[in-house]
Amino acid sequence: MSPVERVSVTTSQPEQYGRVSAPELHLEVRQLDMPSLAAESVMTARDLSVYYGDFLAVHDVDLQFGNREITALIGPSGCGKSTVLRCLNRMNDLIVGARVDGSVSYHGVDIYGPDVDVIEVRRRIGMVFQKPNPFPKSIYDNVAYGPRVTGMKVANMDDTVEHALRSAALWDEVKDKLRQNAYGLSGGQQQRLCIARAIATQPEVILMDEPCSSLDPIATAKIEDLMHTLASEFTIIIVTHNMQQAARVSQRTAFFTAEADEQGNRIGKLIEFDDTAKIFSNPAKRATEDYISGRFG
Amino acid sequence: MATATVAVARPLAGGRRSDLRSIMFAGVLWACLAAACIFLFFVLAVIVQKGVERFDVNLVTRPPSTIRPQTAGVEPAIYGTLWVIGMTALIALPLGIGAAIYLEEYANPRRWYNRLIELNVQNLAAVPAIIYGILTLAFVVRGPISIGAVALAGAIALALLILPVIIITTREALRAVPAEIRSGSLALGATRWQTTWKLVLPSAVPGIATGSILALSRAIGEAAPLILVGATTFITFLPDGPMSRYTVLPVQIYNLVPQDRDAFRDLAYAAILLLIVILLAMNALAIWLRNRYQRRW
Repeated sequence: MSPVERVSVTTSQPEQYGRVSAPELHLEVRQLDMPSLAAESVMTARDLSVYYGDFLAVHDVDLQFGNREITALIGPSGCGKSTVLRCLNRMNDLIVGARVDGSVSYHGVDIYGPDVDVIEVRRRIGMVFQKPNPFPKSIYDNVAYGPRVTGMKVANMDDTVEHALRSAALWDEVKDKLRQNAYGLSGGQQQRLCIARAIATQPEVILMDEPCSSLDPIATAKIEDLMHTLASEFTIIIVTHNMQQAARVSQRTAFFTAEADEQGNRIGKLIEFDDTAKIFSNPAKRATEDYISGRFG
Repeated sequence: MATATVAVARPLAGGRRSDLRSIMFAGVLWACLAAACIFLFFVLAVIVQKGVERFDVNLVTRPPSTIRPQTAGVEPAIYGTLWVIGMTALIALPLGIGAAIYLEEYANPRRWYNRLIELNVQNLAAVPAIIYGILTLAFVVRGPISIGAVALAGAIALALLILPVIIITTREALRAVPAEIRSGSLALGATRWQTTWKLVLPSAVPGIATGSILALSRAIGEAAPLILVGATTFITFLPDGPMSRYTVLPVQIYNLVPQDRDAFRDLAYAAILLLIVILLAMNALAIWLRNRYQRRW
């Protein structure tokens, strides 16, 4: 075992949230030898470039995601962090004209390879979206949807649904109304339902695209707590606009920014990728420091 | 204090003029609305007043008769309308809903042939009804198919007529289902077919039903194309199948109105009243469906 240094990062919610006082979040970050990953790598993006038509959106990104780690992708708007995230489970395929260069490998298999089953990729690499998007069905059917459509062999669907809802810290709130429509839940509950829905297909990786951006501070705190719990079981990759959130939840942070080329097109680039503690305390690049300290973006 | 009051009072007084103008404008709008309503009310009142006398059991249980028009009815036309509209629905609904699903869920809008189809659907909705009658006369009644002037031919003409309307309203209903629902489903590993069939279509059913009922009620009131494809104006037997000779209510009315005996004209008014009752009932059903099941996302 390499020596582990414990770093405490303590942050509190900004005051503009008014009377709502969010609990102070206390987080211990493991300082690791760099730049190698502590855990074995689950996913690797190599020379990843994304085009929308002729427009280059993201250029040459290299990333490694460690097993059961939380990696945060941060950066200003338009820097391509969400685009990169959507490449990781091929959700970019759905955008007309989107094209991906380079490779994204999952346990050494290129998910853009010719024999790859996209359905299986998306089942193993789940996704939670910016806005809670429950289906217009009952809470139970929302969670059971993934196992049903992917034809998973499930011994007992009730148990699968209960387990997923417990994992998403939602079970106690909904156990008496599983047959009610998911639209009756609050925003934060809906988002945890979406997490439960993703867990139900037994993925290994969960991608989260700004999962708290439409939630209030209390619901946000619940989701952040949940992410810590989930990290014991899943590899989590989260895109966030909120730097404090990245500092609170992640072990590793990738900082992206957009640089203009000669024609003035803004191209997303990965600037720095390192342990979260290092990025937030002693970043190697000037651009990262400027962004973290609020001078830019 | 006094000066302050004057300074404030002046702009307030100036507001009067624009207030008067907006009252005048609102008055003009009310007048437009009133003109439309008065006209509609007048038409309905005349029809009810003249039609109610013969709006009896004979109307729906007896065939037309030149010998005893006082006790004659339009039973064959009612049966003919049921047969024709039933078959119209069977032809137009699957075709129209299928085409809409393709255009909305599957078609790549960048492909020239998909854009061509879209443009054509829009154009077809503006084609006069009689053109569909001529088309059906040339290709179905005579020409390559030659099934003769039977109920099925009438249904084909009406199905062609309402097909673009069904496609357009179904597409609107599908488009009202948020994109996040589709991404959520696809991200769980569902196929496009499963997403459409299990989530999008069920959510769109109220909208599709409303549009379809309105399209069918338009078809019920059509006379022009059916006169061309041989809806016989004077039959005394009940149509008994797709290949039967037939007439429908609007064609029957068209035939009764110019007759020179008053008894025929009374019968025509009663038939018009019946047709209006059917149409209003269908429109009411459509509105009820829309209000009852419309989902707000």
